[in-house]
Amino acid sequence: MLMPNGGLIQLQSINRTFMLGDSQVHALRDVNLNIVSGEYIAVMGPSGSGKSTLLNLLGLLDRPDTGIYQLENRDVTSLSQDELAKIRSERIGFIFQSFHLVPRLTAEANIELPLVLSGMPTKERTKRVLQALKEYGLEDRAQHRPNELSGGQRQRVAIARATILRPAVLLADEPTGNLDRVTGEEVVRLLEELNAQGMTLITVTHDPVLGARARRQIRMEDGGIISDVTNAPTIIT
Amino acid sequence: MKPLDTLRYARDAATGTPLRTGLLLLAISIGVAAVVILISLGDGARRFVVGQFSSIGTNLVIVLPGRSETRGFNPANLVTSTPRDLTVDDANTLLRVDGVLRIAPVVIGTTEINAEGKLREAMMVGTNDDFFRVRQLKLGLGRFLSKDEIGHGSAEVVLGAGIRREIFGAENPLGKTVRVGDRRLRVVGVLSEGGQGLGMTTDELLIVPVATAQAMLNSNTLFRVLIEARSREQIANVKVHVLKVITQRHEGEEDITVITQDAVLETFDKILNVLTLGVSGIAAISLAVAGILVMNVMLVSVTQRTAEIGLLKALGATSTAVRQLFIVEAVLLSLTGGLLGTGLGYLGAGLLRHLYPSFPAYPPLWAVAAGLGTALVSGLVFGVMPARRAAQLDPIQALSKR
Repeated sequence: MLMPNGGLIQLQSINRTFMLGDSQVHALRDVNLNIVSGEYIAVMGPSGSGKSTLLNLLGLLDRPDTGIYQLENRDVTSLSQDELAKIRSERIGFIFQSFHLVPRLTAEANIELPLVLSGMPTKERTKRVLQALKEYGLEDRAQHRPNELSGGQRQRVAIARATILRPAVLLADEPTGNLDRVTGEEVVRLLEELNAQGMTLITVTHDPVLGARARRQIRMEDGGIISDVTNAPTIIT
Repeated sequence: MKPLDTLRYARDAATGTPLRTGLLLLAISIGVAAVVILISLGDGARRFVVGQFSSIGTNLVIVLPGRSETRGFNPANLVTSTPRDLTVDDANTLLRVDGVLRIAPVVIGTTEINAEGKLREAMMVGTNDDFFRVRQLKLGLGRFLSKDEIGHGSAEVVLGAGIRREIFGAENPLGKTVRVGDRRLRVVGVLSEGGQGLGMTTDELLIVPVATAQAMLNSNTLFRVLIEARSREQIANVKVHVLKVITQRHEGEEDITVITQDAVLETFDKILNVLTLGVSGIAAISLAVAGILVMNVMLVSVTQRTAEIGLLKALGATSTAVRQLFIVEAVLLSLTGGLLGTGLGYLGAGLLRHLYPSFPAYPPLWAVAAGLGTALVSGLVFGVMPARRAAQLDPIQALSKR
């Protein structure tokens, strides 16, 4: 079953249960999944179907109870917390529904945060942040705090922050959930551009329109994958 | 994460909530200021007392009438408990003791001085001409008492500077006659202003010959005999011999107490040091309270910044990095508070010195070290728990909190 090469992510019989009071909740039930580098995936399903748990697991914020998770052909289920933190820093970018910007920091400082945490020298940091600000059209907003930015700008800052270390996987949890239609559309287009550049994009969403745009759609229910459809690549003319 | 970045992040986190940080700094600085001021007070009291004792002279041996009993039961006490008088003759005999440089008998009583139509109460000291040198007094005008060879007492008085000012004002009092009690005495000198010693200022004194004072007070006994030894080394020797001579003169009964300035100084020094430590211990309690406040504020901060901590972890911060951020913030807060408090303490001590110029309330260096050190340690100790809680936070739950 395991693909020796080319696979970015391989999940093998992953199980994850939570204790909610006295009852046991089976958040993930025997999940098997192969993701190749550069894919564009939408994970859909009703609330409580386990899609968020799957995303957390893929983002190394959570560990499976049983099963094997291989990221870039490396078994990450047995790594220590600090090793996981290092992989999160270098290989994974998170985008959240509520942006999760640090309110007291400027847009610039928010984007710089992953670089600061990774211990990059200041000079290199400034260069990269400047470039990111330019790429995402945030140059005139650099010194603004999150509460002085519009929703779309906030999510752009968050995307810039998630991608500044050029991660292999971009995990987006309802990235348009707090945005209106137009800005949501903008943000999705931005994410798709990143995907087109080769970054693997995995979105969790309720929105069928957003889900339909992904090349591969995974539907979940009760902690298990019920359908996994890959559309023929649409040719953009 | 680099140390400098950690520091900057912690600083931004602290300044991000100005009111909370301000109140916390206030609490810590008050604690530290209390330590510094109270230690200054204690140490100032010690210096004050030591200064007072040294200012009464050097190499002093003091003879008091009466025995402070430290040897348990003595049959002599059954027969007679009244001490014999310590007389001027006793004092004069002491001049012959080996190692004694000079002596000054002292009689003290309150009396009235009446001159120029003004009347006031004053403390009268009866003594001899050597008192001037034994007590290391300074004269403002005229001369001190003359030598009284016969011991009849001449009608002379030396005024304290304060009394002179109140009665004579700017006028020259030398040669004028004043009425002291029932005697008419001639003013021969005025002491210079600001003399101190054993809690009384010499400004308010009248100094008269010992025989005159004894006659006025109708008493034969001396209040004290001050003895100046030739050198510091001879003090112990003088003490023993003085005791022996007086005991002989008092028919074998040891009814005087001899104390040395050194012993008294040392005792006071010890007592006041302990007092200072005790007082600063009390002040340290306020610092401990401030420390608990630091912990409380940091715990609230962890709860309020749950989402931020989750984010940091998602962005690749290790538990160690998160813990460091919070500990550094706690230490930064307590250190800043400590520095502010030290400044406040210096200000307070300065104010004390301004209000009571004679009181040397200088904060000693160790007080500053103690205040800062306690603040720092309490910041570290009380910062660890919240930092650990932050580091152990589950990032998923932290992030799901909006």
